[in-house]
Amino acid sequence: MSAATEQTQATAEFTEMERAVINRLQTGLPLVRRPYAAVAGELGITEQALLHTLEDLLDRRILTRFGPMFHAGEMGGGLTLAAMRVPEQDFEDATRKVNAFDEVAHNYRREHELNMWFVLATEAPEDIARAIAAIESATGYAVYNMPKEEEFHVHLHFPV
Amino acid sequence: MSISTSRSDQEYVLCELDRKLILATQGGLPLVPDPWGTLGKELGLPADEVLARFQRMQDAGVIRRVAAVPDHYRLGYRFNGMTVWDVRDDAITDMGRQVGELPFVSHCYRRPRHLPYWNYNLFAMVHGTSREEVEDKASQINDLFGDTCEGHTILYSSAILKKTGLRLRKS
Repeated sequence: MSAATEQTQATAEFTEMERAVINRLQTGLPLVRRPYAAVAGELGITEQALLHTLEDLLDRRILTRFGPMFHAGEMGGGLTLAAMRVPEQDFEDATRKVNAFDEVAHNYRREHELNMWFVLATEAPEDIARAIAAIESATGYAVYNMPKEEEFHVHLHFPV
Repeated sequence: MSISTSRSDQEYVLCELDRKLILATQGGLPLVPDPWGTLGKELGLPADEVLARFQRMQDAGVIRRVAAVPDHYRLGYRFNGMTVWDVRDDAITDMGRQVGELPFVSHCYRRPRHLPYWNYNLFAMVHGTSREEVEDKASQINDLFGDTCEGHTILYSSAILKKTGLRLRKS
């Protein structure tokens, strides 16, 4: 389990260049022939320096990913948020079982009686029910399915 | 696979080549000066066509954007509060829109209740560098509701257990 906890995970320190790259690349790469050169030009650095910084931020897991952010709902697949109530003594074991499912895209521990919250993404909408049933049978806990019924806003941006 | 988009009522049809591009990039875009050319070589397409397909998928909303996804803990946003609200059904669409417009709300969705156990139907994600900051933001949300909200709570995340992002399966 690679759980990053608030207690153990230090906030990283950034150079000016890293800061600029993190802030700029969260808003999206321009879709042009030489996109990295275009962003490097905006930031006043070389394309090589941008690529090197980006690679380094990914290696250090400051960035978990760089690439297209897909809108699963727009891809015809199934997507839902689900929650489970897991007793403390079984939490690690249940985490391992839940994370083993490819359909689990994100999983967070949260401080609540419902203490495990995960996003399920499947290629076909009807696979969601199947995945939930499989998780319930693997873990022995009820899964509360909370698919989105209306989307009001999605925009992640964390300035540093 | 045919899909409908939120930006228009037209259907965008994800063809086999789009699917291949998604599969080739869901782990990440190549970190080379000409990423479209690199992908094109892999798939036997001209770089310009790869780029044009990305542009079309982004215009259709299949791709939100091509961007960096940070580990927000490592950026100092250590407090990730999922604020959940029990909002009157007849007010939720209007209230959801207002909450979604707040600059510090990163995601805002209506979700089903699970009565009697879970009575919250509006979820708004709020991030902060301290618990106080998240609570202050939650109280700004609370101010919007007036008498349309019966109760709320904040679920803080204490660990990321998995974060791989959405994946298509290679079929």
